[in-house]
Amino acid sequence: MMRYFINGILRENPVLVLMLGLCPVLAVSGSLRDALGMGVAAICVLFGSNLVISLIRKGVPPQLRIPIFIIVISTFVTIIDYTMQAYQPELYQMLGVFVPLIVVNCIILARAEAFASKHSVFASILDALGIGIGFILAIGAMGFFRELLGNGSVGGKIILGQSFHQNPVLFMVLPPGAFLVIAFLMAAMRKWRSQ
Amino acid sequence: MEESMNLFLIFLSAFLVNNIILIRFIGLCPYFGVSRRLSTALGMGMAVVFVMVVSSWISWMVYHWALVPNGLVYLRTASFIVVIASLVQFLEMFLRRNFSHLYTALGIYLPLITTNCAILGVAFLNIDYGHSFIETTLFSIGTAFGFTLVISLIAALRERLDLAPIPESFKGNPIAFITASLMALAFLGFVGLFGLSI
Repeated sequence: MMRYFINGILRENPVLVLMLGLCPVLAVSGSLRDALGMGVAAICVLFGSNLVISLIRKGVPPQLRIPIFIIVISTFVTIIDYTMQAYQPELYQMLGVFVPLIVVNCIILARAEAFASKHSVFASILDALGIGIGFILAIGAMGFFRELLGNGSVGGKIILGQSFHQNPVLFMVLPPGAFLVIAFLMAAMRKWRSQ
Repeated sequence: MEESMNLFLIFLSAFLVNNIILIRFIGLCPYFGVSRRLSTALGMGMAVVFVMVVSSWISWMVYHWALVPNGLVYLRTASFIVVIASLVQFLEMFLRRNFSHLYTALGIYLPLITTNCAILGVAFLNIDYGHSFIETTLFSIGTAFGFTLVISLIAALRERLDLAPIPESFKGNPIAFITASLMALAFLGFVGLFGLSI
């Protein structure tokens, strides 16, 4: 059972190994706080959709499964969308269109189709948590490196000194920096896996 | 004159300055999945131009004529995705029956588009920016052209990258991301064109 949980975190990391759900990872990882906000929103949706889909898996006609999964996922996305708008308006503003776009995040539909529709409720929850933590780790690492180099801070706290903060590697928080950081993370991951 | 200039700027901003792939990061899956050969990239681009414009029209109409008057705005996410998924299915059947020539050209790319977040993303952005119907049209065309341009450029580059000597860990996707990073840097140069900003 634990295997389902461990698997998604590193060995089958959804972002760095399976290359799924790249858009939010690149787009909203300019700072650690935004990145973690996105990660938490995605894990909530993944948890909800995996739970519900594994509960209803026996009653779903195979031909209609994809539309049904999408409706379940979009329900959870709408819930998260409105909750975030109410309690975290600042974060919601930063994440923008990427909150409703969680609905087409390939990770979530892929887990629904490949795992939750075939496994028990408990296994599906473990899978959602493992994959979700893997996603948070990847997007968090992106946010950490980009904020550290692009702003000299971690989570809004300046740690690389005032002079670096005033003249940071601005490139890193701009769109090209996102591509560069993920390229290096992926290469590092591949190196680690091959050993 | 003022009006047409405004429309031109919306088009240009969506096409180059706020390029959907390199600057906004929407629709990356086909960017790395399909972008291995120039011919497939162009086919995918054509299909996206077509579907993006039609789906933006339909979702604009659904939002402004059905959801807003009835106070159902919270159904936005669910209704847009259902509309777009069924639209792609419908377009596929319609093209196969009436324009079989176009159907064979777009063929396999049409169903792939349902899962392309760029289509849904543009539908949301049009609503978020409060675009009128005409503005929606130009924004979608500009975005789709920007998508096609970048996906074709990267495909052409990747055909060369296959032959280049690259460190083992960077082969394949990592080097493609580094290439994308350099391209995004070049596209940042368009910021400031006609006073447009990201």
